[in-house]
Amino acid sequence: MHVGLQHYLAVSMILFCLGLLGVILRRNLLVIYMSLELMLNAANLALVSFSRFNGKLDGQVLVFFIITVAAAEVAVGLALIVALYRKRQSAHVEDLTSMKL
Amino acid sequence: MKYAYLPWLILFLPLLSAAVITLFTLRNKTVSSLISIGAVAAGFVMTVLFVSANGLHPAVSETAVSWLSIGNLQVDFGLKLDALSIMMLFVVTGVGGLIHIYSYGYMHEDESMARFFACLSLFTFSMLGIVLANNFLMMFISWELVGVSSYLLIGFWFEKPSAGDAAKKAFITNRLGDFGFLFGILMVWGILGSLNFSVLQDKVAGNPAVLGCFATLAGLLVFCGAMGKSAQFPLHVWLPDAMEGPTPVSALIHAATMVAAGVYMLCRTLFLYNAEALQVISYIGGFTALLAALMAVQQNDIKRIIAYSTLSQLGYMVMAVGLFGPTPAMFHLTTHAFFKALLFLSAGSVIIGMHHEQDIWKMGGLWKKMPITSKTFLIGNLALCGVPPFAGFYSKDSILAQAWTQHNYLLFGIGVLVAALTTFYSFRLFYVVFLGKEKSEAASHAHESPLVMTAPLMILAVFAAIGGFINITNNYGSQDYGSKFVGEHEQLSIGQQLLEPLHSIGPMICGLVAVLVGWLIAKSLYSNVSSDPLPAKLGVLATWMKNKFYFDEIYEATVIRAHDLIAAISGWIDEWIVEGCGIGFIRGGTNLSGRMLRHLQTGNLQTYAFIFVFGVAVLLYFVLGK
Repeated sequence: MHVGLQHYLAVSMILFCLGLLGVILRRNLLVIYMSLELMLNAANLALVSFSRFNGKLDGQVLVFFIITVAAAEVAVGLALIVALYRKRQSAHVEDLTSMKL
Repeated sequence: MKYAYLPWLILFLPLLSAAVITLFTLRNKTVSSLISIGAVAAGFVMTVLFVSANGLHPAVSETAVSWLSIGNLQVDFGLKLDALSIMMLFVVTGVGGLIHIYSYGYMHEDESMARFFACLSLFTFSMLGIVLANNFLMMFISWELVGVSSYLLIGFWFEKPSAGDAAKKAFITNRLGDFGFLFGILMVWGILGSLNFSVLQDKVAGNPAVLGCFATLAGLLVFCGAMGKSAQFPLHVWLPDAMEGPTPVSALIHAATMVAAGVYMLCRTLFLYNAEALQVISYIGGFTALLAALMAVQQNDIKRIIAYSTLSQLGYMVMAVGLFGPTPAMFHLTTHAFFKALLFLSAGSVIIGMHHEQDIWKMGGLWKKMPITSKTFLIGNLALCGVPPFAGFYSKDSILAQAWTQHNYLLFGIGVLVAALTTFYSFRLFYVVFLGKEKSEAASHAHESPLVMTAPLMILAVFAAIGGFINITNNYGSQDYGSKFVGEHEQLSIGQQLLEPLHSIGPMICGLVAVLVGWLIAKSLYSNVSSDPLPAKLGVLATWMKNKFYFDEIYEATVIRAHDLIAAISGWIDEWIVEGCGIGFIRGGTNLSGRMLRHLQTGNLQTYAFIFVFGVAVLLYFVLGK
């Protein structure tokens, strides 16, 4: 079977939807966070496949940027989650409702 | 004109002094009082300098800077310098200066003496503003400033509820008069298109019918202002209550200067009034004079008696203006400033000597204990009654002569009757306070006041004695009051002025007989008595006099009730119509939609994420799907 662009994009879309569902449905902050990473990587996969099939390097350069930014984001985000956990003894979104009316 | 900057300095020095005291020296009593006294004393010296350089009729009678220019409304901030205003400058800075010095002694024990002097300086500035104003707007602003400073000074001892009430009463009653004054000013501006006194005078002189059918109304509306400030019937009720303020304030504001501002304003704007308006003015003045004199007969508070006599004398002045006599009115204003300030300050000295006792039936026998005060008081009394050759004799006689020559025999009769009553209550006061036996413990321990208080008394006593023939009438008579009043006065030497009353012998004899009768009755009733014999003789009338003819009660029942009723109706409309239907509808609608919309904000992060994604999906569908 010949593997074409649409297969890669299908995988990427499935990954993205999985991540999105995770973000919307899961209650644990860490899991939500990992789902976010999954969505980013789905985007990376799509970019790499476009780059490969178009014969240009632009997409791959963008992927490097995304990985770098994601790394920085993970550092900050994890620190926030740890700090939050220390303060509230919980990492569940239901417990973080002090903004609610 | 030499020294053109001097009038500006005279005007603004007291304001500067008030500002400096308020901002920097409120903690230091001595420095504050010296700044304030210095400002007004410097004003007096500069007035003398200015007059010696320019005379009473400077070549340029106005000095102005443009202040407002809106459309065709041009308002200058300017000073009017003619005989009228310059003589008033002498009165305000001279008498005012002496009262400032006296206050230094009188207020020495008071903790807030610095605040007192700041208010006094503010008052002096505002009063000079009225005197020097060359247009209606500037006069009105100063007019209101005078009202404010009077409010501050009457309520100076604000911890006493009666002082606070008196201050409010004075301010609100004055506001009523000022309301009419403002309308009058607007009417004059609307018809004649200018606010400047000289321009207005030229316009009215050029065409006396220019005001048309509004002439009487405009004149009477402007007179409303004088009615409030000079406490004429029916707005006279505030002045006796204003005696709650410190005695120097009563002398400066409620005897010598502020209450005279109404009369001064009438003389300044004399060109506006036609014969009908002047007639109303003269009768209001005469009625006030009689009413106040009757009230004074049965008062027992030393300051209130003098306050009612002030009312009565103000009535005289207003009556004189109404009788086409600005010169007698201003003459009486000036001599009245001397002798009434003297009377008030002497009364203040008595009050201090008696340790703040004001009931005359607790005094008595002070003639020996307070040698200087009692003599100055006697001089003030003689001048007030109009005994020759004291100042009051000449000025009162000139007013009576004015009524006589205008053939208004009703007002002449009232004038003579008031003269008799004035003598009666003045000597009642004198006999009870200074002669006879001591009527209380405090009276037997009374003592004379310090020199800083008695020195101004002695200076004022000299002027109250000789004020009648030192060129005052000549100076006021040389003023151009407008076409209706020109050319009646020739210059007289001092000798001629001494004998001036002999020109109209009838009024003089009537006046003297009135004084004699008043004195004889007072002497027979009040020498050596320990309680008032009059209520037994007059019965109900005495009760009426004592209760001021129930004017306060009548106003309470009518004006204040009506006001409360209007307030209640307005309150109901505000609560149910404006708030309930108008604002309530809008507020309720906003409230309701807010309550509904706030359910969108769940506070749940994942709901937001879902809505966000849903939005993106919808967008993508519209952008790419079609």
